[in-house]
Amino acid sequence: MFLAAIIGVAVTMLLILIRALLGPSAYDRILALNLFGTKTVLFVSVLGFLNGRPEFLDLGLVYALINFTGTIAVLKFMQYGDLGWDEASKDKPDV
Amino acid sequence: MTALIDMASWVLLAGGAVFSVIGGIGILRMPDFYTRMHAASITDTAGMALMLAGLMLQAGLTLVTAKLVFIMVFLIITSPTATHALARAALHDGVRPQLDHDRRRHTEIEP
Repeated sequence: MFLAAIIGVAVTMLLILIRALLGPSAYDRILALNLFGTKTVLFVSVLGFLNGRPEFLDLGLVYALINFTGTIAVLKFMQYGDLGWDEASKDKPDV
Repeated sequence: MTALIDMASWVLLAGGAVFSVIGGIGILRMPDFYTRMHAASITDTAGMALMLAGLMLQAGLTLVTAKLVFIMVFLIITSPTATHALARAALHDGVRPQLDHDRRRHTEIEP
């Protein structure tokens, strides 16, 4: 039962990877990465159930957190050129 | 009773997997970035929700189900936010939606 779900998620990941490679614009790649992260969360959760190890769900939760933060960080970097500095160290050359 | 739960969770898991694959195919076939985002959101919401619901049935009322609820609530909140930020950044950067030719009559719509 879990195997069917895992195969489904794996096929989706493959399709998303193809879109990530083909994607003409950078935003297609970010979309594919964001989706791939969500699918990894599902994959890890179902895998945890398959092997009877409930700790995998913590992995899934943490991965969902990191995936979201990463996507937002990449988008912010693309839009503003940097991830923002506080006033004190804005014009310091070595930062 | 457990057979019923197993069958229900099997249906939910299979449904989630089917929706994921549909979203994956949609993200490949759609012509334009914004339509691809639309197709991608199918996997994010329907595929994820059905699969996690199927897992919740399997786990019953335990700590594992609580973790699954956390994951589902978090993903339901952050997926639309991430998609919104992505669309806003793309539009801000000048990625224009593909409106310039109308497939029905092959006429040029002046922007």
